Amino acid sequence: MTWAAILVTSACCYLLKLGGLLVPRAWLENETVQRASALLPIALLAALAAVQTFSAGSRLVVDARLAGVAAGVTALLLRAPFIVVVAVAAATAAAARALT
Amino acid sequence: MTAGPDQSGVAEPWTVVRGQVLRTALSVGVATGAYGLSFGALATASGLSVVQACALSVLAFSGGSQFALIGVLAGGGSVASGTASAVLLSARNMVYGARLAKPLGLAGWRRLVGAQFVLDESTAVALGTERRGPAAMRLAFWATGTAVFVLWNLASLIGAVAGNAIGDPRDLGLDAAVPAAFIALLAPRLRDRPAWLTAVAAALVALAVVPFVPGGVPVLVAALVPVAAILVSKGRRG
Repeated sequence: MTWAAILVTSACCYLLKLGGLLVPRAWLENETVQRASALLPIALLAALAAVQTFSAGSRLVVDARLAGVAAGVTALLLRAPFIVVVAVAAATAAAARALT
Repeated sequence: MTAGPDQSGVAEPWTVVRGQVLRTALSVGVATGAYGLSFGALATASGLSVVQACALSVLAFSGGSQFALIGVLAGGGSVASGTASAVLLSARNMVYGARLAKPLGLAGWRRLVGAQFVLDESTAVALGTERRGPAAMRLAFWATGTAVFVLWNLASLIGAVAGNAIGDPRDLGLDAAVPAAFIALLAPRLRDRPAWLTAVAAALVALAVVPFVPGGVPVLVAALVPVAAILVSKGRRG
């Protein structure tokens, strides 16, 4: 099933990219499409971040992940590079888990 | 393939333009390598095999979508909701492609190969080079696409092998690394008020529906937030 997800995701990602190169520019140039395409990734990334921080199955919980994410956000505010943000988040969550 | 004299009439020696474009492309490629390392490690820690992680990096070659897929699968979401989240997240590439199509003038096999290189990074560097003429823009697109492709995949492989050596990903806090990665991808997009409002609303909507829908679906429900926001603002303007 994981392979199905990988192959379907890959095929769709490629076809979207190719489709953009093929369709007449005017189709995607109207204001609504432009705004939606700017806001859609924002909504998805914010939702993914929130759900991955607080959900445990169908429950919402506060656990070591929140400490990790908060540390990651702090690193981000200090303009740390991506890999440092991710590493700080992981290390903080691991430490919080080990301590509780 | 893309090198050639600058035909735009801008009085800049081509060697200078080429040097600057190639340096930018390489530095962007190196920066995305860091994302690739994180992706590979988190992918195998989330249950993908090394081959699966690398296949996703080569074939999907779309960082945000790849993180979305492994994030949803690791969080217990279904294959369908993981795939849908990943595909929705890469829908913006279609808009990039439409913007790039005419200035790049790709046709035939170049269009089929170039399509895979339509990304945030290659689009940003190509559009940033547009004023220096079409030859510079084509070089920027191909050089950035190639640099990112090579370094992203190399880094994914190294990260995947490292992630595979990890026992329980929770012991290393990798379950917090994934949401932190999403926030790091999100941050540069939070440039104005509508962006912030969309992010906050989408996060709240997704959390609100977590208890009521299967895993993975809350993210898809949140994708309706910008649609609703645009409809409301359109309605207001009449």
